Amino acid sequence: MTVVTSQGQSADIFPLPQEMRDEIIAHAKRDAPRECCGIIAGRDGAPTRLHETRNIAEGNRFYEIDPRQLIDLEFRLLPEQDSEIVAIYHSHPESPAFPSATDVRLAFWPDAIYVICSLADGDRPEVRGFRIRDGEVSEVTLTD
Amino acid sequence: MPEESGVTVLIPTPLRRFTGGEAKVSATGSNVGEVLDALEQAYPGIGERLRDDSGQLRRFVNVFVNGQNVRDRDGVETSLSNGDEVGIIPAMAGGSRV
Repeated sequence: MTVVTSQGQSADIFPLPQEMRDEIIAHAKRDAPRECCGIIAGRDGAPTRLHETRNIAEGNRFYEIDPRQLIDLEFRLLPEQDSEIVAIYHSHPESPAFPSATDVRLAFWPDAIYVICSLADGDRPEVRGFRIRDGEVSEVTLTD
Repeated sequence: MPEESGVTVLIPTPLRRFTGGEAKVSATGSNVGEVLDALEQAYPGIGERLRDDSGQLRRFVNVFVNGQNVRDRDGVETSLSNGDEVGIIPAMAGGSRV
């Protein structure tokens, strides 16, 4: 398994603690049938804290993190905590845990890991992580 | 000519590659559009990430002046005062429709 580049970025693994996965799944279930969304703050690519955010998109098949919250996190809250956005998560209530065409088209944060939680199999929620850069999707292995 | 104002511009992580890693830069302009013009001049390439060919803000880019979204004011025409803080934030968005 490859791991850390000279820039300190994880090449194909992303450590996502089980309790954060559980938080994401709980958030996804709570907001279904709407998509939920949030960010994971961290340091040196490793998660430190999860922040649930409001989804301001219309309908059940889209998400857009409230930009008001985002600006507060990106420019005030996280810098104060010496952290940054390391991952963005959202749910797919009825489709697989894989980036949709819309997810790829709207991936404006190439340095973040995109975490997707699928509730398509109601008994077995699935959480997977991806890098989305220049329209290219590559899966990252989530580790505990 | 309207007086130019000196403002601080907050640059989000994905656009810092244009500013040499700087998270906060200074710019002048009497409104948001002029400040974005100044940014493009200082950091070529950043402008097209922010505005479309007609000069309007891209749908998935938001600009805040002192914490207020310029879409709720006059968009790129939103006037600026000395010392204002202009924050730029690309959307985090997507969907599951195939």
